[in-house]
Amino acid sequence: MPFDYAPAPESRSVVDIKASYGLFIGGEFTDATDGTPFKTISPSSEEVLAEVSEAGPSDVDRAVKAARQAFTGVWSRLGPAERGKYLYRIARIVQERARELAVLESLDNGKPIRESRDVDVPTAAAHFFYYAGWADKLDYAGLGSAPRPLGVAGQIIPWNFPLLMLAWKIAPALATGNTVVLKPAETTPLTALLFAEICQQADLPPGVVNIITGAGDTGQALVEHPDVDKIAFTGSTEVGKAIARTIAGTRKKVTLELGGKAANIVFDDAPIDQAVEGIVNGIFFNQGHVCCAGSRLLVQESVYDEVLDSLRRRLRTLRLGDPLDKNTDIGAINSAAQLARIRELSDIGEAEGAQRWSPPCELPEHGFWFPPTLFTGVSQSSRIAQEEIFGPVLSVLTFRTPDEAVAKANNTPYGLSAGVWTEKGSLILWMASRLRAGVVWANTFNRFDPTSPFGGYKESGFGREGGRQGLAGYVKDRRDV
Amino acid sequence: MSRVGVRKTYKLYVGGAFPRSESGRSYAVVDRDGDFLANAALGSRKDARDAVVAARKAFPGWSGATAYNRGQVLYRVAEVMEGRRNQFIAEVAAAEGITRRAAPSRVDAAIDRWVWYAGWTDKIAQVIGNANPVAGPYFNLSVPEPTGVVAVLAPQLSSLLGLVSVLAPVIAGGSTCVVVASEERPLPAVTLGEVLATSDVPGGVVNILTGRTAEIAPWLAAHRDVNAIDLCGAAADQAVDLERAAADNVKRVLRAGEPDWAADPGLQRLSAWLETKTVWHPMGV
Repeated sequence: MPFDYAPAPESRSVVDIKASYGLFIGGEFTDATDGTPFKTISPSSEEVLAEVSEAGPSDVDRAVKAARQAFTGVWSRLGPAERGKYLYRIARIVQERARELAVLESLDNGKPIRESRDVDVPTAAAHFFYYAGWADKLDYAGLGSAPRPLGVAGQIIPWNFPLLMLAWKIAPALATGNTVVLKPAETTPLTALLFAEICQQADLPPGVVNIITGAGDTGQALVEHPDVDKIAFTGSTEVGKAIARTIAGTRKKVTLELGGKAANIVFDDAPIDQAVEGIVNGIFFNQGHVCCAGSRLLVQESVYDEVLDSLRRRLRTLRLGDPLDKNTDIGAINSAAQLARIRELSDIGEAEGAQRWSPPCELPEHGFWFPPTLFTGVSQSSRIAQEEIFGPVLSVLTFRTPDEAVAKANNTPYGLSAGVWTEKGSLILWMASRLRAGVVWANTFNRFDPTSPFGGYKESGFGREGGRQGLAGYVKDRRDV
Repeated sequence: MSRVGVRKTYKLYVGGAFPRSESGRSYAVVDRDGDFLANAALGSRKDARDAVVAARKAFPGWSGATAYNRGQVLYRVAEVMEGRRNQFIAEVAAAEGITRRAAPSRVDAAIDRWVWYAGWTDKIAQVIGNANPVAGPYFNLSVPEPTGVVAVLAPQLSSLLGLVSVLAPVIAGGSTCVVVASEERPLPAVTLGEVLATSDVPGGVVNILTGRTAEIAPWLAAHRDVNAIDLCGAAADQAVDLERAAADNVKRVLRAGEPDWAADPGLQRLSAWLETKTVWHPMGV
């Protein structure tokens, strides 16, 4: 007889969500002076979690001024080792409040608690810990002697890994001596606002980190602000291009981490069971809301049936539901808008002739949900093989030779990541050298580490986050000095 | 009776060949005093597109060559330039309006710059790449790889040293390029093309266009198969539009401006045309 799982929800009581939040400017929460407050909801239940302020142009200006003042008055005068100690403090407080952050992240974002608890939050803490140590070692980072900070960094992050993307942005910026104004995504502002409290607990000098909430208009005001020295953006390729256009002709530096359409390539000698786990992790991790998701599966023809049978069997075991349940594999889609986008592209996939399959899967009544979905018989030109769906939808294609696999994998304007599965070492290295992507996972997928640079080729953006390379986007070039 | 000199026809350098502009146009290049030096090809949109096709075609071979091989080819460029030193001195003096005594130091610096970049080809990965000590049982390595096809608007003033300083880092890193030579001082660039053609640089790796920068640049900035653009020699009033057009396919951009070409170039231009690739693999038995 089949065993069923009893519900195992993580308690919400660890989190104290306020009814409303102001903007975090100059070390304090303040009311917005312009802009209309908006609500952030739990995508798994559509329950309103809190009301959040929208930062208008004058609020953005206040935040940038606070950051500038903190830069010139405090942060750039502080010894590098002292800067580092603040980051160590932050890393520790993130660890101390890890459960609170994880529950809040799952509530606001809809991702399974298993992921927020085991991936997002610990990796965010690790990121602060890693860059804390760089603060007083920048002379050894290969960036020239005594590399200088840029000044005020405007940072805009997406909703898929709210706290982790915050850490990727703030940690290297602060370690190199910049101050920041960060805007979280409008659907997932709560962990960033909790992070503001963490900055207070760490006694971080006021203005070094400013958190302003809002949607695209707020982000645009930040990008356009004349006293911002650097823009760091993670999000869609479309918005990334708009940012690059906006800052044309200014002195602003920019790094962009944009979309992807990664190929996950399975050769016939691959360990199939491991590969299937990697395929599942590659596309269904975080509901497929991952810019580097392995959204195109390329299977060598000779093992196509075996891989697909195994994959379908595995998908039947995935548990979709309450993000706070510790046994949940697949949580909620982040927003109604994103769900509509996933539905639209999936319908187009069917209309273009691909075969759609999902395991039997009961969707909860409230909230935004989409079942894990496979498309087979996908042609290269199909929109579901070309466009980023950003959801739990996998397009399956086949190949015969390594050359064909490379050609198909690279046949996209994107170039963020790729996966290769084979037991043959020389083939892995041959493939890795030919795939035009910033990260290549061989016999694994979706691994992240603070020491490991992450970022794209081609239209997936430029600049790297993580590792020694992640410092470069926040210091002056010699010709800027 | 004095001998009548045999003059050179200054043409484009595209795909390893020296065509005239497909447009059939040319323009008169003059020296500082307004005296005629030569007719140069007035490159067109079609020439620019042909050059991009040639650069793209050359990319797999050049980027796939060993770093040692690329280093030897770049060193060979310096060798062949050295043999044409007097010719370059004459052309640079005429182009830049300086005396025959002032020109040698610029030509020598240009030759030495090739030697400098030749040495970088098999060292840059060791300087800007590294192993990453990730918190798990994985082998993890980050290495630089060439960006692809780079459009280069060469500096308008420094006809040879500046040109070499923007061109050499592109091909040292393994990218290929389309260069728009200095509009009013294009002749040393064409001669450099002749050097490249006889220095084991595969055809298409470097393509050199002469003509109006303002006419050719927008097509390169907007070209979907160009991965990056060096706006060094762009006019101030056009640079913003070019940077904006470059955003359409997320080109990597270096903004306009001529640094002091005599100074140590640093790694900025070399690393501007490199991507970082990070490869993970599990460790286990």
